[in-house]
Amino acid sequence: MTTESPALELRRVNKWFGPVHANKDISLSVNRGTIHGIIGENGAGKSTLMSIVYGFYQADEGEILINGQTCHIDNPQASIEAGIGMVHQHFMLVDTFTVLENIILGVEGGARLGEGLAKARLELARLEKEYSLEVDVDALVGDLPVGLRQRVEILKALYRGAEILILDEPTGVLTPQEADHLFRILNTLRDQGKTVILITHKLREIMAITDNVSVMRRGEMVAHVGTNETSREHLAELMVGRSVLLQVEKSEAQPGNALMNVVGINFIDADGVKRLKDINLEIKAGEILGIAGVSGNGQSELLEILGGTVTPTSGSILYKGEDITKSDKFNARDLRKIGLGHVPEDRHRAGLVLPFTAHENTILGYHDAAEYNRGTTLDKAAMIETCESHIEKFDIRPPNPNLKASGFSGGNQQKLVLAREMEQNPDVLLVGQPTRGVDIGAIEFIHKQLIQMRDAGKAILMVSVEIEEVMSLSDRIAVMFDGFIVGELDAKDATETKLGLMMAGIQDDADPSSAKNKEVAE
Amino acid sequence: MEEFQIFITLMDATFRVATPLILAAMAGMFSERSGVVDIGLEGKMLGAAFAAATIASISGSAWVGLGAGIITSFSLSMLHAYACVTHKGNQVVSGMAINIMVAGLAPTLAFAWFRMGGQTPALKGDERFQSLTLPFADAVRDIPVIGYTYAELISGHNIIVYMAAASVPISAWVLFRTRFGLRVRAVGENPHAVDTAGISVNAIRYQALAVTGLLCGIGGSYLSTAHGAAFIRDMTAGKGYLALAALIFGKWKPLPTLLACLLFAFTDAVQVRLQGVDLPIVGVIPVQFIQALPYVLTVLLLAGFVGKANPPKAIGEPYIKER
Repeated sequence: MTTESPALELRRVNKWFGPVHANKDISLSVNRGTIHGIIGENGAGKSTLMSIVYGFYQADEGEILINGQTCHIDNPQASIEAGIGMVHQHFMLVDTFTVLENIILGVEGGARLGEGLAKARLELARLEKEYSLEVDVDALVGDLPVGLRQRVEILKALYRGAEILILDEPTGVLTPQEADHLFRILNTLRDQGKTVILITHKLREIMAITDNVSVMRRGEMVAHVGTNETSREHLAELMVGRSVLLQVEKSEAQPGNALMNVVGINFIDADGVKRLKDINLEIKAGEILGIAGVSGNGQSELLEILGGTVTPTSGSILYKGEDITKSDKFNARDLRKIGLGHVPEDRHRAGLVLPFTAHENTILGYHDAAEYNRGTTLDKAAMIETCESHIEKFDIRPPNPNLKASGFSGGNQQKLVLAREMEQNPDVLLVGQPTRGVDIGAIEFIHKQLIQMRDAGKAILMVSVEIEEVMSLSDRIAVMFDGFIVGELDAKDATETKLGLMMAGIQDDADPSSAKNKEVAE
Repeated sequence: MEEFQIFITLMDATFRVATPLILAAMAGMFSERSGVVDIGLEGKMLGAAFAAATIASISGSAWVGLGAGIITSFSLSMLHAYACVTHKGNQVVSGMAINIMVAGLAPTLAFAWFRMGGQTPALKGDERFQSLTLPFADAVRDIPVIGYTYAELISGHNIIVYMAAASVPISAWVLFRTRFGLRVRAVGENPHAVDTAGISVNAIRYQALAVTGLLCGIGGSYLSTAHGAAFIRDMTAGKGYLALAALIFGKWKPLPTLLACLLFAFTDAVQVRLQGVDLPIVGVIPVQFIQALPYVLTVLLLAGFVGKANPPKAIGEPYIKER
């Protein structure tokens, strides 16, 4: 330890949201010129804590010290002045503005823009060079890919003179290569004497880049350790409070017949954009087919079409040889009846009705089944009974079938949806983002359930933007980029680099691009 | 030459009709660009028209009347801000409430004060804004086309018409070339970005609505103290809504919005000329149909020809900090 005072120090910070004690007696010390990780499950209080540092919320008790000086940070302005910059999980950028306009917002340097813009342009050129953060300052932010938008956020913080940079879940939207690039940038920042705080729930990132790590669990700080003194397993245990299996344990897949065939699907959306381009897939019994890709490359549309909620522009979907493409005859409800379960990507928008109770959500999509109906009214007792069995089997907390869906945490909401679809025992299960926003402990459980289904001879198609999840769970992996399936490979042959390159649309060898080549040939 | 004269007369009428539309549309642009829906333009204009006519009649000065109109519209705009920004109320409901309140209150007060059936006394002389003759207008009148256009079309309007004309470039400049404009546009697109940049979202919205109140007040005062010569019940006749339509048709941009206002005003001017005219084939069209023309056009344009409008992204949503 040096005698120098830490760049940021928190002393016994407490924060309540009504009855919820979000941060309990948090103390933290971050040394200057280091990358400090803060890891914890969703809802552990990481983001709340950093929002307090950034002046978005005020702590109910406790002290914040910057460079040894007590600071009263009661709004973001005060925090910016104290030299803190924050890169939020959801970018705080105006899409219709240029990069330059976004960066000067709030520090325009005068009532008229002209002069400020010119000054900012020069200053940015210097910053870009110093930290190798190249970006076209005249481009509209809305036209930039996410990786570059993040760079704009970092520049924005540096332009405001940030000495301490806080990044909240920065890699959620990045490809592995983009994430690596970000890490290089963060290393450069550290080498230039900046202090970086990285909030994440991904162990890989903590191990890859941080110097020290603090672990939070249920609003409390449970450990501070040097990164080189710990391991992924140890951190996971600290986060969850018990030992967790990080690697999915599964036996060799025994693929059977193809239960579902996707033949030449094309899809043009309402804006006239071609979202899917000649998609062909086979989903086999006893196998998990993983669809990898950076979000927004057509996976969502594909899942909606397979689930029967959207009609493709051309092409068809065969289920056990029968054409089930959405049409006047077939819709999502008919698909459920013939044995096709669908866990939508977005549980809030499509998976649940949040103001409905858990037991009402339990029968959504199956609500016309005889067992839940008595004449014209619903059989509430039967609904609750089913819901209770789901709650027990999937360990949904709190175990209250009368609680509104909105009252459950993200992970438990996801379990509600998964239980509903899996307990119908479908032959084919379509799953979108099975563990998005789900805690590490629950992830382990969900993965086990999916493997069990596979071993029972069911066919599973899983779309996920988590590359680790796709790699550990799938038997076969198809990678999507720009509406194409750019390649399909056996999970055994998949490496993170290989998938990452494919996800970025870069082909290292020509053979996986069959779909693309075909279109060129036509 | 006769067609040219008719054209000039039509354009002259267009300018007069367009003035309140332009002022209200520019007013709406500030409000909506900051993310606050302003369906209450109508009520604000009506309130201003009433206040301006009343005070002009009492004080004997059109300028004092204009001041009263602006204060009234400004107060209503702040009421809207208090309901929608401070208390995060529904912006459409608040706007409608203002419209309904003013539509009832103005004639009631007029009746109570003047006993003239809900109108204010007719304004004479300095109680109204008089037409101005621009320099050299008479001297150049005889020069064909250019001189004539200057004398007949450009010159000879009252001061508020010129204010409306000036309001467009000034609004554009403020919105796109100043710090205030940048912040207004940002707050309408992504208030979270503004908040995290250390700027108060509410303060910016209040300021934008203050500008809305000012411009709307001028537009409303024009109706009763410049275009007309008294306050008449419901004298805005949907101009606030028409201005809002022009704003949407103009995609929240100053110049296209100006053009949309001129288009609406032009159909209104044509409509006046078409009344009672014997058209080939169809004959004389009943006057009600012709009067409906600008509104029919509005519906058609908004329904079919606007294309994809990109409204400010955060429009209509009260800003609430997320956890």
